[in-house]
Amino acid sequence: MSITTVVLAGVGGQGTILAGDVLAKVAVAEGHDVKLSEVHGMAQRGGSVETFVRFGAQVFSPVVDQGVADHLIAFEMTEATRTLRYLRPGGTLVVNRRVMASLPVLIGDVPAPDGLEAALSSEGAIFLDAEALACEAGSPRSANIVLMGAASYGLPFDTTTWERVIGERVPPKTVEANLRAFHLGRDACAEGACVL
Amino acid sequence: MSPELLMGNHAIAAGAIRAGVGVVTGYPGTPSSEILETVVKRNPGDIYAEWSVNEKVALEVAAGAAYAGVRSMVTMKQVGLNVASDPLMSLAYIGVKGGMVVVVADDPGPISSQTEQDTRTFAGYARLPVFDPVSPEEAFEMIQDAFELSERLGTPVLFRPTTRVCHGYAPIEVGTRTREPGAGTFEKDSRWVIFPRLSYTSHKAIEERLPVLAGELSSYRFNVVEEVRGGTLEHDPARAVTRGIATGGVTYAYARESLSVLRADCRVLKVGTPHPFPADLAERFLGGIDEVLVLEELDPVIERELLMLAAERRVPVTILGKRSGHVGRAGENTVESVTAAIAALLGIDAPAAPTCSGAPEPPARPPVLCAGCPHRASFYAVKRAMRGKKAVFSGDIGCYTLGNAAPLEMVDTCLCMGAGVTIAQGLERAEPDATHFAFIGDSTFFHSGIPGVVNAVYNGTDIVLVVLDNSTTAMTGHQTHPGLGRTAQGEVAEKIAIAPVLQALGVRHIESCDPMQLAEAEAAVNRAVEAGGVSAIIFESPCIAVTAPGPMYAVDQELCTDCQVCIQRLGCPAIVRSGGVVSIDTTLCYGCSICAQVCPTGAIGVAR
Repeated sequence: MSITTVVLAGVGGQGTILAGDVLAKVAVAEGHDVKLSEVHGMAQRGGSVETFVRFGAQVFSPVVDQGVADHLIAFEMTEATRTLRYLRPGGTLVVNRRVMASLPVLIGDVPAPDGLEAALSSEGAIFLDAEALACEAGSPRSANIVLMGAASYGLPFDTTTWERVIGERVPPKTVEANLRAFHLGRDACAEGACVL
Repeated sequence: MSPELLMGNHAIAAGAIRAGVGVVTGYPGTPSSEILETVVKRNPGDIYAEWSVNEKVALEVAAGAAYAGVRSMVTMKQVGLNVASDPLMSLAYIGVKGGMVVVVADDPGPISSQTEQDTRTFAGYARLPVFDPVSPEEAFEMIQDAFELSERLGTPVLFRPTTRVCHGYAPIEVGTRTREPGAGTFEKDSRWVIFPRLSYTSHKAIEERLPVLAGELSSYRFNVVEEVRGGTLEHDPARAVTRGIATGGVTYAYARESLSVLRADCRVLKVGTPHPFPADLAERFLGGIDEVLVLEELDPVIERELLMLAAERRVPVTILGKRSGHVGRAGENTVESVTAAIAALLGIDAPAAPTCSGAPEPPARPPVLCAGCPHRASFYAVKRAMRGKKAVFSGDIGCYTLGNAAPLEMVDTCLCMGAGVTIAQGLERAEPDATHFAFIGDSTFFHSGIPGVVNAVYNGTDIVLVVLDNSTTAMTGHQTHPGLGRTAQGEVAEKIAIAPVLQALGVRHIESCDPMQLAEAEAAVNRAVEAGGVSAIIFESPCIAVTAPGPMYAVDQELCTDCQVCIQRLGCPAIVRSGGVVSIDTTLCYGCSICAQVCPTGAIGVAR
């Protein structure tokens, strides 16, 4: 009974919820049992957010503990280091090369974390610049779909399923741009993975 | 038909619609809010749904519909049940005609709540049946059973999902309705009027009914005993075991995953109806078992029931759990915590979770007021007006509770819905030489703020009421409320404006103003303070989620002296500083302009 676990980590407002929804719907469309868990309300307001997607023949727990995740898709580098504990050794680490300072850091209450990229590099991270790729795709707000494209590279789903689910899930006017974003992310991950 | 990926709250709504619910009411509260929203979205056209003004009102409206034989549902979060407890306790005695399900979402953790109270305990107190689903799939089935049971017994029934069920998703086949809602008929009868004599008779009948119901529930499809061998249900169940696990809710899912990881042998009691407790089933579960570990979140409800059962039926068994100190009393369970407890019970080694070594834990990222949030401007205007003066700032429940964080630090108290305006009055009696402010949001004002204002006026208290009117119920996902002129179902409604309400309540000094005009807002605060008695300012500016952004702002690097006044005073997440350069993140800026208003060198302006 093999279960695949994906953790999406980011900052409230970055679109992790939509990304998780797309991923889970793709897994359902491919016939898996799926559990997805996310946070709402207070925690969403610019705070750290985590979405868990688990799929397989039968999934019990909707939430994830340390060392369980096969894939960690981080939308921001500080959040990548915060959630690295979920990733099992040998798991896939995809990181958006972006740093968003938290408010305590901005106002000088706590020092900014340093050496994030080096620390993540040493864990075998595949980096990409999702915002730049989203702009290239023609939709600056589709960085989350760029990251789903990157995640798709290591997941066992058909690109046609991804394309269909994204087409159904994003606003109609942005479908083309989001599909471009998806493929730019997927290609970037493939290149990153080759470099390793 | 292929399954849909549904959130637990979607599943509860879909199940209720399938079961023929006709009237749905509620007050928003995480993690329950999406249930009513989903009823509105999936409404075939014959269901009435409303956001009620508060949970007490919501429960009473739903009860009225159920008196007339219509199936009704009311939704709230766990602390909402405290507000609704007055009608619920009496309704337990009066009963209903149409099935009525009271959905109360509990929040172990807590993730987005004031308390870790347990609605299963409340069910025991109110002497009402309660359903406790494990997953979204089970919630979908169970809510339909809840309507059936409620209507058959003529009693309201509690339904208690927790956050991980409410906000978990799973594939579900919804299917078609099994029953249409239809109109009701109220039959006049003395049974609908509560009097002490009726209460006595009802109480007696309820106490007689509960053990009978507990017996029936011992064969309910979601109360089960499972023989787990080698971590699954597929091996020889006859292989003897002497250890058992009793569990319910999402913790059952954690326990099954743990047993699977540990490939363990164990008997499992899964409790879907914690009250009344399926004692006969539990007694069968205990047969041949020496030691039971109880795994549940919040109160030790199953644990207490098993202890009583063991004592009453003289079953020689040791019950381990929260009361015995074998598992934690507060917070959420996890697969990890459950695995450790199970491994200890079974005397096996829990596998150490392998993890990437990783960087040191980075600084916390607490939730913050959004860039462009009008509450930031309101708090800052009051803060500036009260510089160097003795003042206490009582807060309330909503996004604006986040105003307690540095650098604003403008929420000194927060207790429960509507308590800002009343706590301020008590503080004023105790410390009259300070100025006492009470901040309250628009939705909270209608929920339970108004009686507090009446009290302040009637009893002649000196407080400054600050209504933060952002034209929505923001924190829970932008639900409607009476001040908006729009109902939950999207229909135009009578708009109840806050200023005339305050005027009618006898508040003498009332001023409405836009907090985004900082200088004017500060002057308004000064006037309200000077007015004395109960004075009120209504800061009117819509939440960024319900309004279009203004023009983006940018920092002119030639004028910026890196004084960081904007950062240090406002704490706006869009204003960032890197390598000694302050700039505005255009992906976050909403064009509210308050940073431009506080910049001492005029370096911030509309981006060209």
